[in-house]
Amino acid sequence: MNGRIVHIASNTFREAVRDRVLYNLIVFALLMSGAAILVGQISIGIERLVVVNLGLTAVSLFGVVIAIFIGIGLVSKEIDKRTLYTVLSRPVQRWEFIVGKFFGLAGTLVVNTFFMALGVFAALLYVSQHFHASDGWVLVALYFIILQFLIITALALLFSSFSSPLLSAVFAFALFVIGTFSEDLRGFAGMTHGITRWLATGTAYLVPNFSALNVISSVAHEQPVSGHLILSNTAYALVYSSMALCGAVLIFERRNLK
Amino acid sequence: MIAIDILGLEKTYSVGFWRKKPKCALRPLHLRVEEGEIFGFLGPNGAGKTTTLKMLMGLVYPTSGSARILDMEINDPRMKAQIGFLPEQPYFYDYLTAGELLDYYGQLSGVASKDRPRKVRDVLERVGLADVTRVQLRKFSKGMLQRVGIAQAILHDPRIVFLDEPMSGLDPMGRREVRDLMEQLKHEGKTVFFSTHILSDAEALCDRVAIIHLGELRSVGAVADLTSSIEGNVELIWHGNKVPPAMNALGAECHITGDTVRAVLLEGNQEAALEALRREHLRIISLIPVRTSLEEYFVRKLQPNKAVAGVTS
Repeated sequence: MNGRIVHIASNTFREAVRDRVLYNLIVFALLMSGAAILVGQISIGIERLVVVNLGLTAVSLFGVVIAIFIGIGLVSKEIDKRTLYTVLSRPVQRWEFIVGKFFGLAGTLVVNTFFMALGVFAALLYVSQHFHASDGWVLVALYFIILQFLIITALALLFSSFSSPLLSAVFAFALFVIGTFSEDLRGFAGMTHGITRWLATGTAYLVPNFSALNVISSVAHEQPVSGHLILSNTAYALVYSSMALCGAVLIFERRNLK
Repeated sequence: MIAIDILGLEKTYSVGFWRKKPKCALRPLHLRVEEGEIFGFLGPNGAGKTTTLKMLMGLVYPTSGSARILDMEINDPRMKAQIGFLPEQPYFYDYLTAGELLDYYGQLSGVASKDRPRKVRDVLERVGLADVTRVQLRKFSKGMLQRVGIAQAILHDPRIVFLDEPMSGLDPMGRREVRDLMEQLKHEGKTVFFSTHILSDAEALCDRVAIIHLGELRSVGAVADLTSSIEGNVELIWHGNKVPPAMNALGAECHITGDTVRAVLLEGNQEAALEALRREHLRIISLIPVRTSLEEYFVRKLQPNKAVAGVTS
């Protein structure tokens, strides 16, 4: 990777760490330890299912909130505070800045997810006393959650490149919610006719398909995830986030920094 | 060699609800700055100075025209490695320490990792911040941030330094230090292009200045050439406390102090005034030309209806 992108990414990561973004891990650790102790006392036979469901959902929600609320400020904050001026007046291309910011936040989310994953596995060990072979699928679910973060980060950056932080947050969160129900939207499109069908189908394919990336429930029930799904989800997330990133670059390249 | 060549750079913004109303921020600007000069870009607030600098830095795109810096396009990364820029009222990543910030900017400017610690240390010492290298910028005063801004602009040893209002926020000592620094940069063979509305700084430092007002270039030239191009005044002092009636007719401003009279009048009227004093047998003590200051020239240039002969290029 280009050196300037690496420097911008590592500075973005450093900003997140110094702004105490990783403090959410403390809240997560408290949540997981409380849940493990409570589940161990009130659930009989389904402790693992509850811990995996609760743990992975928390990992996803914590990460989505971080991705949206940091992602929307990645560009607009730099313009508002004029910190961008001293960066772009150096031999840094605008696309390098956007891509560096993307990797910086993505890296923050990966590190955050890694520590949360340790918490989930610690809680699992507490309630089950030992690990099962099927616990490996939890890693796949965590990988899919990271893919979700990549898409959301790219979308937040896209909105941040032309809109205010508030509107960017609204757009990104709305897309997350719609994307979570994208399977239902496709089902709805199949039931309609004429222009409604076209519109519903178009929307269903345009919004990110987060339903396909959500395997929390099946993993909690110890069901395996197919290799085909892993490959297709990886390709989908990479293509979708790359396209969103390209859109952000195209808009930002044309923008006057008044 | 020409350091900066601005060829009809123009900027018009679209304003209003439907963005259909054009607002001209900069009329076609033609300007050349030679390498090794300290060039002052003067104008009141809203004149178009910052817009020009932003276009040269590639932060704002011109509506028309172009510019070349060191004979390269303004978006050429090779050119950007050879310039430094201090924006107006700079703000930096306040979660970083001064040392970390400069190290980051050094990385982005392509300074080799083995040279960076030394360059950061040297430049912080040069701007008087050597003892706060490890302090986070959120604890810095406005004047200290301005010094950090100057440090980041010269860190990578650029050939041209662009400074937008570099004296802003500095106390008199700080202003003096920045002036000294700019002179040192000139001695090192660097070109300094700075915008300001503090005319005494420009007058003390600049080889040449350009005056811009309402987005329009009003004049360019060496300070001495510009100020000598307008008709100056003379100060005439004579013994006694009598003012000949002819002096009032010549438009002289006379002040009597003890047994001397001091009159200031236009240079063109000095012969008639001397003749009037001789007729009254008054003893002339001195006749001194009053040098027109850059400030006076500047004020006259900003007045639309007052014709002032300027030197333009």
